[in-house]
Amino acid sequence: MRALSAALCLAALALPVRASDGFIVVQSTTSTQNSGLYDAILPRYGGEVRVVAVGTGQAIRNARNCDGDVLLVHAREAEEAFVAEGYGVARHDLMYNDFVLVGPANDPAGVAGAADIDAALSAIAAARAPFASRGDDSGTHKKERALWAGAGIDPDEDSGTWYRETGSGMGATLNIATGMGAYALTDRATWIAYRNKGDHRILAEGDAALFNQYGVVAVNPARCPAVRVDGARAFVGWLLSSEGQAAIADHRLDGQQLFFPNAAGE
Amino acid sequence: MQGFGDAFAAAFGLIARLDADLVEIVGLSLQVSLTATLLACAIGFPLGAVLAVGRFPGRGALTVLVNALMGLPPVVVGLVVYLMLSRAGPLGALGLLYTPAAMIAAQTLLVVPIVAALTRQIVADLDAEYHETLRSMGAGAGARMRTLLWDGRLALTTAGLAGMGRALAEVGAVMIVGGNIDHVTRVMTTAIALETSRGELALALGLGMVLMVLSLALNALAMGARMGAARMAHA
Repeated sequence: MRALSAALCLAALALPVRASDGFIVVQSTTSTQNSGLYDAILPRYGGEVRVVAVGTGQAIRNARNCDGDVLLVHAREAEEAFVAEGYGVARHDLMYNDFVLVGPANDPAGVAGAADIDAALSAIAAARAPFASRGDDSGTHKKERALWAGAGIDPDEDSGTWYRETGSGMGATLNIATGMGAYALTDRATWIAYRNKGDHRILAEGDAALFNQYGVVAVNPARCPAVRVDGARAFVGWLLSSEGQAAIADHRLDGQQLFFPNAAGE
Repeated sequence: MQGFGDAFAAAFGLIARLDADLVEIVGLSLQVSLTATLLACAIGFPLGAVLAVGRFPGRGALTVLVNALMGLPPVVVGLVVYLMLSRAGPLGALGLLYTPAAMIAAQTLLVVPIVAALTRQIVADLDAEYHETLRSMGAGAGARMRTLLWDGRLALTTAGLAGMGRALAEVGAVMIVGGNIDHVTRVMTTAIALETSRGELALALGLGMVLMVLSLALNALAMGARMGAARMAHA
């Protein structure tokens, strides 16, 4: 074990790591990375921010292991539990967008005319039309489960038939959905940035239940002594400042704004 | 639908303008996978020779284990290394998670069984051939291993290349312990996975083609070196 540690240290020393001091690690949801948000805002921040984009469920687990300094995800209840259990300093609203239901243009379940998301999901279940679920405990997956519950449907009974759990990230799930002509729930930012849409399009949107709030939490040094406290505080502070909020608002793709800042001013 | 034509165009475009990000990613891929392969050879060659020549209890079981570990899923290796290097793990204080060193450690673990198992077979075959000669010379086990490893050096390059192929191609382990961090731990395979998840299939496939070209070049180099060495040996 000691020999392995020594070898790893040597290897670490031998490798050039850029600006190894002063960086922080952000455990993040994938939609922010896939839609290019970090590429757009981090140069305006200036400090070195290393983003590990893995999906909300895994990001929270990694942060619980103290493997990050800041958590940026979209599952409010899980974020509040993270803080309540002592892993996070405080949770802040950062920005929002919304979820959309996408599906094949020929819309076999006829969800396009549905009055709300409940009716749309009920139509899919009634038609037993294929639906690709993340199935990975991500923020989007948690939202999707809540929406099914809200519509009074338990899709688990049909898992493996029309309800298909991919156990994969948002992009991989969209690849599967477009490949098999399935419906899927996705955040709007990932969908706008996604380049393999095929003949899939947004079929249901705009329901208040589809609101998608992103939050940011600095990891608690009392629980994780190795956390880079100053760097984490500086980055969270910047994100919530008018400057950071403006950077988020300015990120556009194909002429559309992807995230809408809503931090509770200073 | 994005087709192979788009992929070829993407690959050609990336190479033709020597895209700075691509150069960085290719450089890190080579750095990580070549280092891991060299470390794995440093461990795997002697380990394979010991398994081939040594006589000790449990040798058969160990051989079966090493052979079985060739099928180790990269994701499992990634998880094991993650649990070791996580701040919450036994080696967390080193702060190596999400660094190239962590990726090298994971790939070394992946490649050692391949190199060791192939080395064992090569050395065992040579040993069967030269056993009497070496014994008549009164060579001890250590000297026999050294002699046989040296004698089998041409075949052993294939073992090393097989290991390097595994290291360059795997994505599961480096994704978990490296984190696919832009400019820090992003390598060819994790970049391909990211572009696939963005639906940029042509770009992902283009990166895959660059990886194949790289692999071809490395194998051609090794083949050239082997042929040169063989010619020298017969001259």
